[in-house]
Amino acid sequence: MIQSENVFQSDIVIAGAGITGVSLARELSRYDVSVTVLDRGEDIAEGATKANSGIVHAGYDAKPGTAKAKYNVRGASMFPALCEALSVPYRKCGALVIGFDDRDRQTLEELLQRGTANGVKSLRLLSREEALAAEPSLNPEISCALDVPESAIVSPYELAYAMADDAALNGVRFVFDQEVRSVSALPESGWQITTARDSVYRCKVFINCAGASGADLHNMISDQPLQMTHRRGQYYLLDRSPAQPFTRTVFQCPSEMGKGVLVSQTVHGNLLLGPNAEDIGDPLDTATTAEGLASVLARATRTWPNLSTRSNITNFSGVRAHLSSDDFQIGPVSGAPGAFEAVGIESPGLSSAPAIAEDLARSVASFLSLRKKETLVPPRRPKKPFHDMTDDERAEAVQSDPAYGNIVCRCEVVTEAEIREAIRRPVGARSVDGVKRRTRAGMGRCQGGFCSPRVAQIIAEETGIPLSSVTKCGGESLLLVDTVESFLKGGKIND
Amino acid sequence: MTDQHVDILIIGAGPAGLAAAIAAREAGVDSILILEREKEPGGILRQCIHNGFGLHRFNEELTGPEYAKRDVDRVRELGIPVCCGATVLSVSPDRTVTCVSPEFGFRRISAGAVVLAMGCRERPRGALCTPGTRCAGIYSAGTAQRFVNLEGYMPGRRVVILGSGDIGLIMARRMTLQGAKVLACVEIMPYSSGLNRNIVQCLEDYGIPLYLSHTVTDIHGRERLSGVTVSRVDENRKPVPGSEIRFDCDTLLLSCGLIPENELSQGAGVALSSLTSGPVVSETLETSVPGIFACGNVLHVHDLVDHVSAESFRAGRAAAAYVRAASSPAPAFEVKDGPGVRGTVPQKISARPEEDVSLMFRPSDVFRNAAAVVECDGKEILRKKAMIYTPGEMAELTLKKEVFESLPDKVITVRMEGEKQHG
Amino acid sequence: MDKVITCINCPVGCRMTVTLSDAGEFISVSGNTCPRGAKYAEQEYTRPLRVITAVIPVPGSETPLSVKTSAPVPKELIPEIMRLLGDVSVSLPVSVGDVVLPDVLQTGADIVATRDLYSR
Repeated sequence: MIQSENVFQSDIVIAGAGITGVSLARELSRYDVSVTVLDRGEDIAEGATKANSGIVHAGYDAKPGTAKAKYNVRGASMFPALCEALSVPYRKCGALVIGFDDRDRQTLEELLQRGTANGVKSLRLLSREEALAAEPSLNPEISCALDVPESAIVSPYELAYAMADDAALNGVRFVFDQEVRSVSALPESGWQITTARDSVYRCKVFINCAGASGADLHNMISDQPLQMTHRRGQYYLLDRSPAQPFTRTVFQCPSEMGKGVLVSQTVHGNLLLGPNAEDIGDPLDTATTAEGLASVLARATRTWPNLSTRSNITNFSGVRAHLSSDDFQIGPVSGAPGAFEAVGIESPGLSSAPAIAEDLARSVASFLSLRKKETLVPPRRPKKPFHDMTDDERAEAVQSDPAYGNIVCRCEVVTEAEIREAIRRPVGARSVDGVKRRTRAGMGRCQGGFCSPRVAQIIAEETGIPLSSVTKCGGESLLLVDTVESFLKGGKIND
Repeated sequence: MTDQHVDILIIGAGPAGLAAAIAAREAGVDSILILEREKEPGGILRQCIHNGFGLHRFNEELTGPEYAKRDVDRVRELGIPVCCGATVLSVSPDRTVTCVSPEFGFRRISAGAVVLAMGCRERPRGALCTPGTRCAGIYSAGTAQRFVNLEGYMPGRRVVILGSGDIGLIMARRMTLQGAKVLACVEIMPYSSGLNRNIVQCLEDYGIPLYLSHTVTDIHGRERLSGVTVSRVDENRKPVPGSEIRFDCDTLLLSCGLIPENELSQGAGVALSSLTSGPVVSETLETSVPGIFACGNVLHVHDLVDHVSAESFRAGRAAAAYVRAASSPAPAFEVKDGPGVRGTVPQKISARPEEDVSLMFRPSDVFRNAAAVVECDGKEILRKKAMIYTPGEMAELTLKKEVFESLPDKVITVRMEGEKQHG
Repeated sequence: MDKVITCINCPVGCRMTVTLSDAGEFISVSGNTCPRGAKYAEQEYTRPLRVITAVIPVPGSETPLSVKTSAPVPKELIPEIMRLLGDVSVSLPVSVGDVVLPDVLQTGADIVATRDLYSR
């Protein structure tokens, strides 16, 4: 990338460092080409990628012939090898879609047919007895269920971080706090992107992976305007426990608003309830609401009658991008030669990301006549999390690095060594949330009450900033306002 | 294969662990080790720089660090080793403890007896399911206290406090004295669980309004907190529509309850009580696992550190007795909560207690001119009248050890007799 | 005139009624159930006293120094004392009990350290 002052050149610019943009960047890093990824946030995965159900869907839900169907099934099949190569937690725990009446039974039969047409293996309708035998904590009022052995769970943001690191090791540049303000065609060919920081990027190919802002960017350059709905989904996250109610992910029958409320374990053993689906005006409004949470609870109780939120540790919400076509829109942008897009990436976006990336990278490579690199830098092989190590592995780890002996997050057993590593990674953390999502420090039952002062201290040391400049998630999200000394000397004592 | 064996291993060098160690040494046990994860001993008292500690034990009003120093100095005087910066990773039912520290690496230690003294943690926002944004500026009161009193940083300038328990009240005063503006203290119950003294000296002294029967119902601010919405609640603690008040603030401190920290205890197979969230213990403070004892906030959340010390001395003595005898008396009696009583400790009593038995519990409501009654098979064993029993103050009843020689049944009940103030 | 005050000596929290003169001077109290309550009410309306605790920065130490007044001081002096604490300079090492500011505002009470701080 060549730069002069605030103008940067790059062969390819991708807008959006969510799972779609990052998967694509990684694919493109296999080619001899310069790639820059811009994101409005301060880190990878700041949009829907960090706030979804973490399900790798089997692919029975998407209508055959759609982009969703094609990419979901292909993408899901790529996950085991991908997660293995990138050391990302993934578990094929299976799923059930439960039904309560004849209409539901019809829906399940339809899903079975759709799934089979889409190429999903091992789908089977279960009787009430079979379903209750498989998952005894289910609502005994169910009448039937669809068994989906191919359904899996993954950590979506850990996958995104690992893919970003891999891309970065192979030359991709990630630039944060770069909300795209305008995209315009350059006189001869290529594109110019101006960001909120008044930085200008010039490229041959521009790729829109901007999630909830996808329609805005599309409409800046395309002759076919796109309308996007922003659909918010809220969640409950329950504490880890050896006795979770279900082994499989449990879905209810889908509706026009989406797949409905699910109850699922996460790869780390927490329990997730949600999401609801409400269309909102502001795509960045990720607040939770009393009504939304109540509606999640009411529906989740239908699946799990003995539901208790006694062990709830947090709530969150994510906003997905929904197009009226009810499908992904992937490929060259109409009326904008040299611009490509992957927009409307709502569910099954996570599951589809590796396949979308593969296809789109191929199209872009063809457009630019790119050559594949001869050698690639192999992916990082991070040490196993201390939390998961055996006693012997722990002994060895502390022996090799005393920082493994300093437990910073006691709820999730995360060490100082791992926190420093999270900051030093190719696309490393720079905020408390960035450390949290890479290491799990602060994701446990005390939600950072114990460890956040310590994590903030390490971030300050590693990034060379004063403690009072450390943020929760970049921007204005400072943890602290000033020192005790400043307050005392400032004479602002209240009478 | 273990690296080391000690007679008594104590997890935590807060007031509970320190007192247990002192008592065990004074009872004649030589081989004692305390493991503490912070850089210095003293536990939570290190950050409790306000006064009010030690009135019962020392007849003085000390600050937290001064109270801790008394026990830290005594432990040092007795030559009891304290390993700081060491985190215990697991405790097994056969009392093998694994731990790590940057200094000694990974260690496996077997112990004749283990004393659990890990204290408690604060309830996070998720436990309340408070809706709104998830911005910077929301802290549990204890975390804010750590930032101010141990790190020297102010978490914010304009503060609202949710929860009028003592930690919230103390932080209202602390933030005000150190230069912030505290706008309100909001309490969901119709009464505060904090001491009257703290209501007066932390809120009234500084003109900070207390909103009883109110709670935070929305949180605003994208990156950093910009305000909260507070609503009144009805008798079922549900928000009343139309009663919303908006506070412009950059800091929200949560003081909504403490939970004993028992992850290690669970790993050891220790049975926990769902009422206290702490281990089920006998009057010797031994848990359901032989040779594993519990004391202090890990057992049940205390109000006065003086009580923590007294309880922990008992645990230390009992651990010492266990190490000498390598056995413990079998529990013979079960203690149950009757109406108006919650979380009585101990939950079991042996046939022939060596000392008088101290029963501690919290009433479920405020009772005025009431009596706490201990019964066995309908026969009254003890009655203690008081002008007030309140959930904010743990009550203590002492049963003489002779009483247990002639009880009619195996089940002892503790109940309140009198009118509940709030139904 | 009459004022209502809650006693802080024990959890009973007796609500007492204090009678003051027109000039605001203490005359009498009722509603207490023990003598400590009466004494407290009188003190609060004659000369309310408080022990002040605070943290102040110490150069060379990341941990601030926790301090207290060695005896209760008049409540109305709290803001002034906090301002003074902003100008106090303390150097390491510090031991519990060290006087940081003697006889603060001529109250007879000192500001003393309540924790040990060492130089690294």
